[in-house]
Amino acid sequence: MASVAYNHVFKRYSAEAVAVKDLSLQILDTEFMVLVGPSGCGKSTALRMLAGLEEISDGEIKIGDRVVNEVPARERDIAMVFQSYALYPHMSVYDNMAFGLKMRRVAKSEIETKVKEASKILGLDNFLKRKPRQLSGGQRQRVALGRAIVRNPQVFLLDEPLSNLDAQLRVETRINLQKLHKDLDATFIYVTHDQVEAMTMGDRIAVMKDGILQQVASPREIYDDPVNMYVAGFIGSPKMNFIPVTVSGNTAKASGFTLELPKAPGIEKGVLGVRPEDLTEVPHEGFPKIEMKVEVVEVLGSDQFLYGKVGSDDVIARLDPQFKVSVGDAVPLHMNMRRLHLFDVGSERAVL
Amino acid sequence: MSTQPPTPAAVTDAAARAAPARGKHRSLEASSARFAYFMLAPALLCLALVAFYPMVNTVLTSFTDSTFGQNTTKFVGMDNYTKLVQDPAFRTSIWTSLRFTIITVVFEFILGLIIALVVNSSFSGRGAVRAAMLIPWALITVISAAMWKLMYNQIYGVFNDLLVNKLHVLAINQDFLGNPVTALPAVAAIDIWKTTPFIALLLLAGLQLIPSDVYEAADVDGAGKIRTFFSITLPLLMPSILVAVVIRALDALRVFDLFYVLFGQRPDTTTMSIYVQEQIIYFGKVGYGSAVSVALLLIIAVFIAIYVVMTRWSAARS
Repeated sequence: MASVAYNHVFKRYSAEAVAVKDLSLQILDTEFMVLVGPSGCGKSTALRMLAGLEEISDGEIKIGDRVVNEVPARERDIAMVFQSYALYPHMSVYDNMAFGLKMRRVAKSEIETKVKEASKILGLDNFLKRKPRQLSGGQRQRVALGRAIVRNPQVFLLDEPLSNLDAQLRVETRINLQKLHKDLDATFIYVTHDQVEAMTMGDRIAVMKDGILQQVASPREIYDDPVNMYVAGFIGSPKMNFIPVTVSGNTAKASGFTLELPKAPGIEKGVLGVRPEDLTEVPHEGFPKIEMKVEVVEVLGSDQFLYGKVGSDDVIARLDPQFKVSVGDAVPLHMNMRRLHLFDVGSERAVL
Repeated sequence: MSTQPPTPAAVTDAAARAAPARGKHRSLEASSARFAYFMLAPALLCLALVAFYPMVNTVLTSFTDSTFGQNTTKFVGMDNYTKLVQDPAFRTSIWTSLRFTIITVVFEFILGLIIALVVNSSFSGRGAVRAAMLIPWALITVISAAMWKLMYNQIYGVFNDLLVNKLHVLAINQDFLGNPVTALPAVAAIDIWKTTPFIALLLLAGLQLIPSDVYEAADVDGAGKIRTFFSITLPLLMPSILVAVVIRALDALRVFDLFYVLFGQRPDTTTMSIYVQEQIIYFGKVGYGSAVSVALLLIIAVFIAIYVVMTRWSAARS
């Protein structure tokens, strides 16, 4: 097991095409780190540089104490699970898992023990003689995992391993992956575009955008204290409401309401960030009241989402499903001031 | 009985009778099959005319003593075939064709694979190289043969000039095509030069079908370049290799043009196809020549059978 460090890492394909810009990130030993961001944000490139599949343009990457910039992939002692699984189509499940060990000249009997062990954990015992194309998507995914597990590597790299699975299987596998991480007690670096996967699995989350690392923190911290509008909007579903406001002193004026901020933020134009669950139908002391004109109501059983307008701004609210609302109603909602965010319009940074 | 309420069996019976939809469906299928045959008919007719009729005619002729310029033809049964089995010239022609096939296919495969691997890697000017490598293949065989015949010439050929005057490898000028020892390698070299690009192209198409992530997985798994080639590339390329080798083998077994242009009729360079041509056109022995043709067909059929078995086997394996 080992820690991983990115120190001022760049990936340039050309002068204009820079996939990763000055990435510095420390990943602790046995940590489950999730790199999350939209497609093209550089998260996969960052992972592939660590794997040795992409050249590092600038900066250095360390696995443990060793700088691996010039070390070929096969000598880095990492294992990778690919989005496409990248199984060897002409080999049986057993041979797929054994290949990496054979390459390292592990004794045949030991290979057999390890493959049997991994296939037991992953429930692949009955499929060892099958070829990848005779397996379902979920089974293939587990073979790809098994190929990584048997190697017992210093670091596990997972590149969107769940994105080719159907919704139900994705949830199951997500949970199994977390158990696996606990059992193996290994360093996991996991790349995904799915914020739910990031929130549920990561010890810490690194949010990336346009090749630039935005914020690294625990899921709770990312959710509660996003450093900028991008992180605030990317994490959380439904998205955080963004309401433009003009600020004078500590008074913020939106199109539909005015409220007193706890302190003067020192900006003139801002964007108020309110998560849908921080709007409630229940009056609370110190929660300012706003009025929402309801346009769409979604009842999901456990939740109720209201889509509508406050003044001229679009707002989503998450309420108790027992609360009866009809389209066209003007619903009084109360805003949780303790969980309010305010961003500067120009820099999009959080100022409150 | 009739007063009793309907039993479940009766109900299903009735349901079955009330299902003319299935019959209708079948007639729909039949009518679309009729339409398919109707559309296929012209192509099948052409095929029958240009492939099936000549073949059947050849087989029938092979049981006769049909001869050019002779009006009466009589049925001779297996006579032509018994003669064929004892004909040393025919056996020599099989051997010549086989040797030519083995030499050319082995070299074309190895060189073709190397070229395909090189061209498959990315380097600047790859497009130009891909286009240039096809030039030998694009040339008409007879023209390439005439060209190489000049280069092989004992007196003013470029090979003799190079080997004797420039590199001093040989003491005296050689007659590459005239010498029975060098004749076959010399003609094989032409075929290799001409057809290697074709094999390379087939193998290149196969190489490009192998997904790059498999190579990345092998890299992460710790396989070196050579190991990756033998454990990943070669097995995944097998279907293309099989197709390329069999197509080439079938072509090489039937070789005619190269030998005809370079040697004309010559006992030590008579391939199976040349032998057929010799019997029918030169000697006018249509009946016997037909029997040789049928034998040639059967020998090629053996290779096709091997190919079919191998593709089934490789399909079952993956």
